[in-house]
Amino acid sequence: MSPRALPRPAVCPACTIPAPEIRPAEAVAPGNIVLSLPTIHCAGCISTVERGLNAVEGVRSARVNLSLKRVAIEAAPDITAQQLVKVVEGLGYEAHELDAALLSESRGDRIGRNLLMRLAVAGFAVMNVMLFSVAVWAGAEGSTRDLMHWFSALIALPAIAFAAQPFFANAWSALRARRLNMDVPISLAILLAAGMSLYETTQSGENAYFDAALSLTFFLLAGRYLDYRTRASARSAAQELAALEVNRAPRLIDGNEVITPVADLQVGDIVVVRPGSRVPVDGRVLTGESEIDRAFLTGESLPAYVGPDAELRAGEINLTGPLTMRVTARAQESTLQKVANLVALAESARNRYTSLADRAAAIYAPGVHLLALVAFVAWFAISGDLRLSINIAISVLIITCPCALGLAVPAATTAASGRLYRHGVLLKSGTALERLAEADTAVFDKTGTLTLGQPRLREGGGFSDDDLRLAAALAAHSTHPLAQALVQAAEARGIANDLPAVENASEHPGHGISAWLEGREIRLGRAAWLGLPPTETTATCLDRGDGRKVVFTFDDALRPGARELIDALRGLGLDIHMITGDTPAAARRVADALGIDKVTAGALPEDKVALLDNLSERGRKVLMVGDGLNDTAALARAHVSVSPASALDIARVASDIVVTGHDLSPVAEALRTARATRRRIKENFALAAAYNAVAIPLAVLGHATPLLAALAMSASSITVTLNSWRLR
Amino acid sequence: MDMLVYLIPASLFMGGAGLAAFFWMLRSGQFDDPDGDANRILRTDYDDHPKE
Repeated sequence: MSPRALPRPAVCPACTIPAPEIRPAEAVAPGNIVLSLPTIHCAGCISTVERGLNAVEGVRSARVNLSLKRVAIEAAPDITAQQLVKVVEGLGYEAHELDAALLSESRGDRIGRNLLMRLAVAGFAVMNVMLFSVAVWAGAEGSTRDLMHWFSALIALPAIAFAAQPFFANAWSALRARRLNMDVPISLAILLAAGMSLYETTQSGENAYFDAALSLTFFLLAGRYLDYRTRASARSAAQELAALEVNRAPRLIDGNEVITPVADLQVGDIVVVRPGSRVPVDGRVLTGESEIDRAFLTGESLPAYVGPDAELRAGEINLTGPLTMRVTARAQESTLQKVANLVALAESARNRYTSLADRAAAIYAPGVHLLALVAFVAWFAISGDLRLSINIAISVLIITCPCALGLAVPAATTAASGRLYRHGVLLKSGTALERLAEADTAVFDKTGTLTLGQPRLREGGGFSDDDLRLAAALAAHSTHPLAQALVQAAEARGIANDLPAVENASEHPGHGISAWLEGREIRLGRAAWLGLPPTETTATCLDRGDGRKVVFTFDDALRPGARELIDALRGLGLDIHMITGDTPAAARRVADALGIDKVTAGALPEDKVALLDNLSERGRKVLMVGDGLNDTAALARAHVSVSPASALDIARVASDIVVTGHDLSPVAEALRTARATRRRIKENFALAAAYNAVAIPLAVLGHATPLLAALAMSASSITVTLNSWRLR
Repeated sequence: MDMLVYLIPASLFMGGAGLAAFFWMLRSGQFDDPDGDANRILRTDYDDHPKE
């Protein structure tokens, strides 16, 4: 296995941010289907799902993984995921198709397995070497002691060579980049301890530190494995969100629809975009009329009308009528990908962030190495004994507990991310918590972030219950979001049960709905269609057919927890801004409802980035919360960024933190936890320093023994871990 | 002290066997779904063979 494939260390986690990309469809064996089952929880669920799926004709095997809440199915090629989703839903469980290619389970597992294997080797070796060491500490003398040391060397050297590789690889890559990270002193301590002990053994010396070198390796690997586990569970949850958007589109070939992976679409292909689905790639409308929702791209809450020859961009949502479009750019060259490139650019700037661990290493490593050098020079000057002086210098290096320092950050972040995971907050980057703790300004997007991006009928707009009843009767025939909002409003008023019976209802894509009632034609739709002047806000109009026309206006429903979040963040001392691509009027309404006074409306994506740049030039550390394509560059540019689970795939990739669930208020909890984590990390460094304050004078004076090293190492590691555990 | 000649190799052999068994378990995916395995022993239907 090459060093590149090794797990990245906790001390340099910024490197793990994946480059945003539109993945080409990987070859997955046909018939391998993965379903997400978010509601399974017990042995009964496993049996029901597996038995139900195995009973389906053509399914070869179905295996539930309860830890990941998934089921992996092997089936005949003609079985589709949709069929199986129906079967599972028939059994009473929620099921979603996952993109098997995107999950690439094997790779993630390999890293985890690899770490676990090294941990097992280190654990095996440390236990055996400890047994021999106990014999030496108990007073074995002469040839018996030498024998014990030789056996220790026999076990320890190969074990270290195998188990400590992740540290060596990271230390080496840091040194090559002329930087110091925590792995440099760790590797040095392990290597010097092993080397000095081997030399002492050949010289029948009294002290060998094989057990110290191994327990250092073991403790640090344990910390690293825990760290990997928490990050992997957050990552697999984030991956699952991405995999929910299965990237396939119906392509028209000779009048037949063929389901094609989006990555395989070529310029000139003709694609069908059904109402309710997302435009897969950039293109131009061939036939059909509809309204599309551009909120993800521009932040406008008002749907836009499109007809033949209109431009469509990837990510927009088709609302009312079916469209066929001709592809004008492949997925890899679409607007989406251009934004992805912008994100990659912005992210390289952020990767220069120096984590607390790296800063501590930059102070600690030279300090310790200098101290060891001073001890060596002083002892050599006083005693003139080279071997003694080297032994003392090395015991200083071993005893200064890089162990506790190496655990200080991962132990705290592991406990914190476990806690946040239970609150529905996924941390995608290891330094996300540290950066979040520093945030002093929060910038929010409006549409889809502070609001749900779903319209809600505004009350008191000069319409009667009767108007609403008639409008709802028409609206019931459409899936348009405004129509749905009318039906919901009627239900909320309790008048949805006695709707007038309209006849011959038909939907005019892009315009509205018409129907007949008591010999009159009534229409519900866009203002222009009914011959009314255009409305300033989101609205739909009703022509009652008796000469009276009624306007229904809508506003965007606030996201649950938005108010609490804004209040909580202000309470934590953050300055709140809102920036949106929507109209000033729509922006002001939301800002007033939430009590935000710094508002920028009508902003383009570049304006959002400019605002962030401006704030950071003034020394502000900005927390950006957004969900759309128009926020993506800003998300990547911000000091730390959060997106809701409903955000576009690429926005989630660009952000450090993803909040699952509808409610945004866990963001405040995340901020509090982040600040607590930073305090714990600093306490951990202080604890490690306190141990050193006792241990270093002993080591420098030449009183260090392997027993003392073992005690100091275990005690400091355990204190640091326990202190971190308080975060849970 | 002559006993050590037998005891040390014996302890190393046993520890090594445990390590080898752990490797085998890890490679055959027995740690992939700890929650599921904990629950599977509670069901009444019997697994004829482990996951491949």
